[in-house]
Amino acid sequence: MSMLSCRDVVMTAGGRRLLGPLSATFKAGAVTAVLGPNGAGKSTWLAALAGVARPASGQVILGDADMAGLDPLVRARRLGFMVQSRDIAWGVSVETLVGLGRIPHHRYVTLDDTTDAAMVAAALERCDLEALRQRDVLTLSGGERARVLLARVLAGGPDWVLADEPLAGLDPAYQLEIVRLLRGLADEGRGVVVTLHDLTLAGRFADRVMLLKDGRLVAEGPPDDVLTPGMLGDVYGVGVEVLTASDGARVVMPTRRTPRE
Amino acid sequence: MTRTSRLRLPLGLSLGLSLGLGLLILVLGLASLAAGKVWIPVAELLSPADAPRWFIVAELRLPRALLAILVGAGLGLSGAVLQGYLRNPLADPGVLGVSACAALGAVLSIWFGVAYGAAWVLPACAMAGAIGGMGLLYALAARARGITTFILAGVILNALAGALTSLAISLAPNPFATAEIITWLMGALTDRSLQDVAMVTPFVLAGGALLLTTGRALDALMLGELTARSLGIDLTRVRWRVLLGVGLIVGATTAVTGMIGFVGLVVPHLVRPLAGNRPSALLVPSALAGAALVLAADTVVRILPGGTEVKLGIAMAVLGAPFFLGLLLKMRREIL
Repeated sequence: MSMLSCRDVVMTAGGRRLLGPLSATFKAGAVTAVLGPNGAGKSTWLAALAGVARPASGQVILGDADMAGLDPLVRARRLGFMVQSRDIAWGVSVETLVGLGRIPHHRYVTLDDTTDAAMVAAALERCDLEALRQRDVLTLSGGERARVLLARVLAGGPDWVLADEPLAGLDPAYQLEIVRLLRGLADEGRGVVVTLHDLTLAGRFADRVMLLKDGRLVAEGPPDDVLTPGMLGDVYGVGVEVLTASDGARVVMPTRRTPRE
Repeated sequence: MTRTSRLRLPLGLSLGLSLGLGLLILVLGLASLAAGKVWIPVAELLSPADAPRWFIVAELRLPRALLAILVGAGLGLSGAVLQGYLRNPLADPGVLGVSACAALGAVLSIWFGVAYGAAWVLPACAMAGAIGGMGLLYALAARARGITTFILAGVILNALAGALTSLAISLAPNPFATAEIITWLMGALTDRSLQDVAMVTPFVLAGGALLLTTGRALDALMLGELTARSLGIDLTRVRWRVLLGVGLIVGATTAVTGMIGFVGLVVPHLVRPLAGNRPSALLVPSALAGAALVLAADTVVRILPGGTEVKLGIAMAVLGAPFFLGLLLKMRREIL
C-alpha cells in the first residue's frame, strides 16, 4: 500500500507564512487525526497533502511520486478529499452527486459505465443512502449531506481519504456514524487523515494523532501519548482533565481557559 | 443491470430531450421561412424550383432563420455555462455586461470609421470587447463568494460600457453614424445576408466547441473550487475556455444582430425541469432551446400587427425582464 508523506512543506498566503516547514509520514491502514487550535494551519496542511494547494517549498509525496509532478487525474483516483464546506450549488439527486466521484476515472467525457454504476451503488450502500438515492441533495439534513459527501469520495475508490472537519456541526449520532465509516476505511487498508476538534473522539478512533500549533507540528504519536493534560494545555491554552469512561476509553475534558502567551 | 440503466437514465433523458428540441427547431424554422408580410405555403418551401416568391425566402428569411438559430444556440449555451461556472442561476452574458462590452467594441469600430474598411473589423472589435468584458468581470469579482458579488460586478460593467457607448453616440462624427449605431444597438435579425451568417458561424462553432468541453468541470464545480481541483480538474484551463468561448460567441453574435438579452438567462431555467439540474446535462439542451426560443420570438415579432416591426432585442427584454424579477423574488432568501 502506498504511503503519503511531506517533506519540509511550507505554505504561504500573500507572503505570510501559514505553515511549516513541516515533515510527516502518514500510514496506510490507519486513521491519523490532525488536531490543533483554530488557525493552527490544519486545513492548509490538509489541502497541501490533498494536492489542491501547492506548497511554497517542500514536497508532498504520494507513494513514490512527487505530488507536484503527478497527473491530476491519477492523483484524484488515488486520493479523495472531503472539504469542510458542505455547500452544494445545484439540487441534483443523491445518486448524481455521489457519481461526481467518478469524474477522475474518465479523461474526456463522463459517460457512466458499469464500473461507475457499481462503485456508486457500493458507496451508496456503504453509507446507508440507498433509500435516499433519488432525493434532491438540497432537501437533506446536515448529517445526511455529510454522508452523501463521504459517499462521493468513496465512489472514486481512493487509497487515501482526507477529510477536513468531517464532524463539524453534526449531532452525536451522525458524528459516530461518520467515525464508523472512516474507521472502516482504515481497517480495510486505506489511509485516512482527518482534522478534528473533538479531542475525545480523536482519542477513541484515531491510531495516531498529530498536534499542530502556529503552523508547526508540536507532537505526534498514539493518542494516549499525545493527548495529555500538559501537552493539550500548552497547545490549546486550556486546563485539561483526562477522565476514564466506563469502557476504559479516555475522555478529554477542557476545564478552564489559561492565558495564552 | 437495473442499476446501470438507472445511472444512464439522465443521459437517455437528455438525448430524448435534445431530439425533441431538434424537431421543434425544424418546425419553427419552417414556420420562420413561411411567416411574414407575405405568407408562403410550406409546400412551396419544399419545392423551390420555380416558385415565384423564392427570392423572399432565400434572400431575406433564410439568413434570418439561420441567424436566429446561431444566436439563440450560442446565447443559450453561454448562459448555461456561465450559470454552471459561477454557480449562479442569475448569470447571463447580458446581465453580466459581456454583451454590453461587445456592443461597445462594435460601436467604437463604427465611430472611428474603421468598420467600413473591411467586413471582419466590426466582429473582431465586438469579440475583443466581449473577451475584454469577461476578463474585467473575472478581475472585478476575483474574490467573489456569493451570488451577489458577480451580479454587482456585472451591473458595474453594464453601466460603464453603456455610458461609453452613449458617449460615442453623442460625439458621433455625423448623423448617419448616430442612426446606424442606434438601429444596430436595438438588436434585430432583419435584413441580414448569408454573408453575415457565414461570418458568425465559425466563431459560434469554435466558441461552442470550447464551452461544450467544460461539462465535467461544471459538474465538479457544484461542490466548490477546492473539491473540483481534488477531482483532477484544471481550473485555470476551465477559466480560459469559458472566457474565450463566451467571448467569441457573444462578440460574434452581437456584431451581427446587436444586443439580444436574456436568452442566456431564461433558457437554462426552462430546460432544468426537463433535463435535471446537473450542469453538464444542460449544455446541449440549452443550446437547442435557445435556438428554438429566438426562432419563435423572431417569427412572432414579424407577424405582430403594426406598421413597423418590434425589434427582437426589445421583445426579448420585455419577456426577459419580468422573468429575471421572478427569479430574484424566488431567490430572495439566498441572496440577502
